Amino acid sequence: MIANTNTQLALSDLTVSFDGFKAVDGLNLSIEKDELRVIIGPNGAGKTTVLDLICGKTRPTRGSVKFNNRELVGLAEHEIVRAGVGRKFQTPSIYENLSVYENLEVSFPRGRSVFGCLSFTDTPDVTERIQRVAEEIYLKDHLEVEGAVLSHGQKQWLEIGMLLMQEPRLLMLDEPVAGMGPAEREQTAELLNRICKGRCILIIEHDMEFVSRIAHKVTVLHLGKILAEGSMEQVQNDPQVIEVYLGH
Amino acid sequence: MNTLYKRLLGGKSGLTNLVVLAVLLLLVLPLSLDIFRLNLVGKYLTFAFVALGLVLLWGKAGVLSLGQGVFFGLGGYCMAMFLKLEASDPVSTKIQSTPGIPDFMDWNQFTHLPAFWVPFRHLPFSLCAVIALPVLVAGVVGFAMFRRRVGGVYFAIITQALALLLSLGIDGNQGYTGGRNGITDLRTLWGWDIRSNSAQYTLYFATCALLIMLIMAGQWLLSGKMGKLLNAMRDREDRVRFSGYDVSAIKVFIFCLAAGLSGLGGALFVLQVGFISPSLVGIIPSIEMVIFAAVGGRSSLYGAVYGALVVNTAKSLFSESLPQLWLFLMGGLFIAVVVLFPNGLAGAWELGKRKAGPLLEKIKSRRRILLPDAPLVSAFEQEKS
Repeated sequence: MIANTNTQLALSDLTVSFDGFKAVDGLNLSIEKDELRVIIGPNGAGKTTVLDLICGKTRPTRGSVKFNNRELVGLAEHEIVRAGVGRKFQTPSIYENLSVYENLEVSFPRGRSVFGCLSFTDTPDVTERIQRVAEEIYLKDHLEVEGAVLSHGQKQWLEIGMLLMQEPRLLMLDEPVAGMGPAEREQTAELLNRICKGRCILIIEHDMEFVSRIAHKVTVLHLGKILAEGSMEQVQNDPQVIEVYLGH
Repeated sequence: MNTLYKRLLGGKSGLTNLVVLAVLLLLVLPLSLDIFRLNLVGKYLTFAFVALGLVLLWGKAGVLSLGQGVFFGLGGYCMAMFLKLEASDPVSTKIQSTPGIPDFMDWNQFTHLPAFWVPFRHLPFSLCAVIALPVLVAGVVGFAMFRRRVGGVYFAIITQALALLLSLGIDGNQGYTGGRNGITDLRTLWGWDIRSNSAQYTLYFATCALLIMLIMAGQWLLSGKMGKLLNAMRDREDRVRFSGYDVSAIKVFIFCLAAGLSGLGGALFVLQVGFISPSLVGIIPSIEMVIFAAVGGRSSLYGAVYGALVVNTAKSLFSESLPQLWLFLMGGLFIAVVVLFPNGLAGAWELGKRKAGPLLEKIKSRRRILLPDAPLVSAFEQEKS
């Protein structure tokens, strides 16, 4: 049954239509372990919708999403998360009123049920994990800072850190470097290259320079369909891609 | 153990609040008020249970229910049914055409007790039902709505419709429920005359003790992970859902908790006031309960208690002297609080403390500078460090 043991995520014939408009149309895509895949494409190409379909925010009209050979279509959002899928939103979604520490603590994958939550205590392993993740996302010295006062870039990192707390095996990031300065982009690229080991990452990004630094493989989406797929170089030289997206 | 204490008491400021409230309720009020007024305070405090539930549900979880009167009423009716059956023994109802059933059933030509009344002959069942029935109803309603992501205004409207439904249902079925008059003429609880002065005192103190214990339980709940999670949910529900939490289950839990608190308040109301009627179940009382929480400060457990006390005291005073104006005044009070102090009395108190803090510091430091004797100053400084 398992065709390729390295394939972690397999989308087949994934389609969703909103009132007859097909935002994603018969999409086939597979991502392997340790792979960092970037999806690019013009506005309205259906990039964010693909993430919504995988994480259960939107239900597909047709097709399947297999993650480690488990069908995700039809599961509730929290069940998909518990299956190992983490998703970062386009605008940084962190808890503004909680400290960095608490943001990470709430994301720790224990005590997720009502009664588990009531009996949850901050044991040393939780504290240790939080410290480790905070160091990874460059927020080690900001643990007591309230989420609201972080800079935009730090919020983006914090949300990535919140996902890392869950130890997801698939990480989906929607425009992770939006609003970041050059130095922060640098650090983010480093971070992403570091965390893609042992899992796979799916990223939506516009900044081509940044894409070329992180992507193992690039998928170009246009009008809900795949226009091209391959290495950054291949894609950049594809006449169709130049035509609809990159420009001359 | 140490952390358990800390969580129950809510730290240093929580401890101060707790002591102030306990002194007020257990010493100041009983010593300064006659039993009639104290009984009124006891009645107000039963509304504080509902307000406490609303703090958790509305203030903390961000879910506004305009139907908490439903749960208050269900708890109250469960208690009243037991008391009514005890008051309707065959001897004291021998002039009825069917002795041994509540008077209003007799007026409606009932010849036997309806089946759903029968278990309420037993005190343990009735006491359990006081909390279990509201929790069950809230569980069913909450499950149906939160699963479907009904929230915000829609949830508020549906709970309000529920309040209307229940109050009309009780009103329209006099034979089963006592109708518009409610269930009245309640006398004893397992042989103990609840109308006597000593019983009124006992019930008042029991209400206070329960309230204080529940505030501590609430502090325990909010100081743990649940408090952070509720905060997170109010801020970014989607993020919480995509962190692997079943948001609807947590909302159902909080809704049930608020309902159980309201039911308990309703039962204590019946014990102290001696009756229950649909006028405590419908839309207006449900909205009044939200006002208690809003005036007190919808995210402060203590605020809920003071809100219930202040609004109800004002209601009593004004409806004694200016009955026609009361509703306008309450509307005005609500608007004033929401506009001036969005976090209610508790918010105003915090603001006052924050403003007064630097002022006190200033006075302290000025005094230090004004002290002429230099060695004394340094000794003071040393002592401080």
